[in-house]
Amino acid sequence: MGLIQLGRHDKDGAPDVITGSLEKAVNWARKGSLWPMTFGLACCAIEMMAAVSSRYDMDRFGAGVFRGSPRQSDLMIVAGTVCRRMAPVIRKIYDQMPEPKYVIAMGSCATSGNIYDSYPVVQGVDRFIPVDIYVPGCPPTPEALLDGILKLQERIMLKRVFVTQPEQVKANLKV
Amino acid sequence: MSMHPLLQRIQQTFSVGITGLTEWRGDVAVTVSRDKLHEVAQFLHDDPGMDFDYIVHVSSVDWPDDEERFEVVWEFYSIRKRQRIRLKTRVPESDCVVDSLTDLWKGADFMEREVFDMMGIRFRNHPDLRRILMPDDYTEGYPLRKDFPLRGKGWRDTFEFLDEVPK
Amino acid sequence: MAFEDQRTTVYKIHPEHPESETLPTLRTEELLLNMGPQHPSTHGVLKVILELEGERLVKSTPVMGYLHRGVEKLAEDGTYHQFIPHTDRLDYVCAMYNNFAYCRAVEKLLNLQVPERAEYLRTIVAEVQRIIGHQFWLSAQALDIGAMTVFFYCFRDREILLDWFDELCGARLTTSWYRIGGIERDLTPSLIDKLKQFLDYFPPKIDEYQVFLEKNRIWLGRTKGVAVISAEDAVNFGLSGPVLRGSGVDYDLRKYEPYSAYPKCEFSVPVGKNGDTYDRYWIRVMELYESVKIIRQCLEQMQDGPIMADAPSVTLPPKERVFTNLESMIQQFKLFSQGFDAPPGEIYCGTEAHKGELGFYIVSTGGGKPYRLKIRAPSFIHMGAFDHMARGYMISDACTIFGTYDVVMGECDR
Repeated sequence: MGLIQLGRHDKDGAPDVITGSLEKAVNWARKGSLWPMTFGLACCAIEMMAAVSSRYDMDRFGAGVFRGSPRQSDLMIVAGTVCRRMAPVIRKIYDQMPEPKYVIAMGSCATSGNIYDSYPVVQGVDRFIPVDIYVPGCPPTPEALLDGILKLQERIMLKRVFVTQPEQVKANLKV
Repeated sequence: MSMHPLLQRIQQTFSVGITGLTEWRGDVAVTVSRDKLHEVAQFLHDDPGMDFDYIVHVSSVDWPDDEERFEVVWEFYSIRKRQRIRLKTRVPESDCVVDSLTDLWKGADFMEREVFDMMGIRFRNHPDLRRILMPDDYTEGYPLRKDFPLRGKGWRDTFEFLDEVPK
Repeated sequence: MAFEDQRTTVYKIHPEHPESETLPTLRTEELLLNMGPQHPSTHGVLKVILELEGERLVKSTPVMGYLHRGVEKLAEDGTYHQFIPHTDRLDYVCAMYNNFAYCRAVEKLLNLQVPERAEYLRTIVAEVQRIIGHQFWLSAQALDIGAMTVFFYCFRDREILLDWFDELCGARLTTSWYRIGGIERDLTPSLIDKLKQFLDYFPPKIDEYQVFLEKNRIWLGRTKGVAVISAEDAVNFGLSGPVLRGSGVDYDLRKYEPYSAYPKCEFSVPVGKNGDTYDRYWIRVMELYESVKIIRQCLEQMQDGPIMADAPSVTLPPKERVFTNLESMIQQFKLFSQGFDAPPGEIYCGTEAHKGELGFYIVSTGGGKPYRLKIRAPSFIHMGAFDHMARGYMISDACTIFGTYDVVMGECDR
């Protein structure tokens, strides 16, 4: 059956048993303990707070411990309008977060600027930081944010930890 | 049609300097010339019959086709007498300086800074006149002027701080 | 963190002190601390540069503009109807009060009379929004000071009202239910029942919040005597709302310049004495009881009738007719694309929002778009008095002061 295939990968980049299970365990730990950072900028922050409070409890997905400092967190939920004046601050905070880090752009303003097509508003936070998940809505209901976090968890489970993903596999990856 | 008692009082007290008195939809407005501004404002603040102690807002309007392009508008309210008044003045673009009223109403401080930031009108004797909503080093101009484009002049899309990011 | 322009003070022990010859002099330095735009308790993106001497605040400079979205310039670009969703996002905690203030201003410009049932419904929803706003304020203030339980309790009750809004107009937070000339749709009987149930359920809950805080020693220690402002200074700065009423001035636009259905309701306006944080907290909690009273009276007095003013050149047609009737569709299209013809002139209209006096100064030169629209935001004006209020207190009081001022950056920066 060839259960033990140390160091050999199939053509489609599927992992072998030992590193594969270890990767699954690492990814499971990472997804189950996402520590978000309090980065509420505008109205979406209120819905983020509602997602944390008792009805839509975000803590049951492991993402309830909101840290104030970027050095202790691995998820940045950009919730609200990104103004150009705030952009260097966001970038600095993003750089201060340790790897692996993830970014959720919550709301239409963070995704694309929303109805504010005016002089001080950056049309989407992905102009200067890489974004993993976009959650649309103005504001997205807390359920939508929870959906975004679950999708992020699925995406984390598919990431490779010990080896770099082969190029031809990345193109086919549905995530 | 009889004039509003506030406007009558102002007209009696100040013989020169009042360029307009209007009343529309219940709002009473006085337009004064720039040099009389502080005197009229002092009268509105100190006179016991006027007693305007609460400053409501300070704003500015841009009339690009007029010779005196900018109009600065103050609105006051008297809590004891329950009356409102609007005070307006005009300044040309070449010399857009107006007296500051921060010595009479402390709340005018931030509001006049916002007028400076958005329209470019300077206030004489203001304690700390600098930009408030836009960053201090914003060079594109004054956003609320009519000749300033809505989408700005490109500042919102330039990210010079990204060049310092280590790869 | 040390900055270049730190001031150094050298303290000498007083010469008459018996040990003045032998004890060394004490050298202190002033510290500039940046309470940055990203901070858990600055209620949004606000930067404050604090000059500290030890733990005492010598001077605090608020730096705003991190959420400046150019709303006043966007107003000049669209019609009056198109601006209503922008007003939602100003004070996003109680969004519909901003709609109310804006619609009132435009109706004053147009000299439009709103029908009576619409006035009652507007007042009911406005007071429900006030309840939401004060609940949010209470949870944020308590969270900043450390009482986390109150945050969860307030949000639990807030969720009931957000569900109510969801059923009323489809959105929880940024609703745009008010229209120029009336409101979008009527309350259904199920909504009225739910509201009546809530009015019975809620006053014991306010008592519950009070149990946590009213006589709590820690709460009293952190709020009594903190951030005192005198009545004269408060009026001079242009403060309004609970911040002004805490200092003893009973200025409330609902009583001074009554509008909508408020003249027909009986309610009192709580006024504080000392001008400190505890008084402002007490005022806001009492206003919760008063809001419940107002809603009850409005529900009893309300009669059947139209919910939109009869002015087809200005007001939008009902949505059912837009989808079925060609003339209504054309009317809707014309009103949104070109706007109605507003008379030339200028007005100012102030409304008692839950933070203070929210006003709109509209200048119109005729046509469908406003020539200039200025938003008189209470949060912006309250930040002007921040330095005055914060001098001499400890650094940990800075968070309390943000809370008691109840600033929301969406409104402050516009």
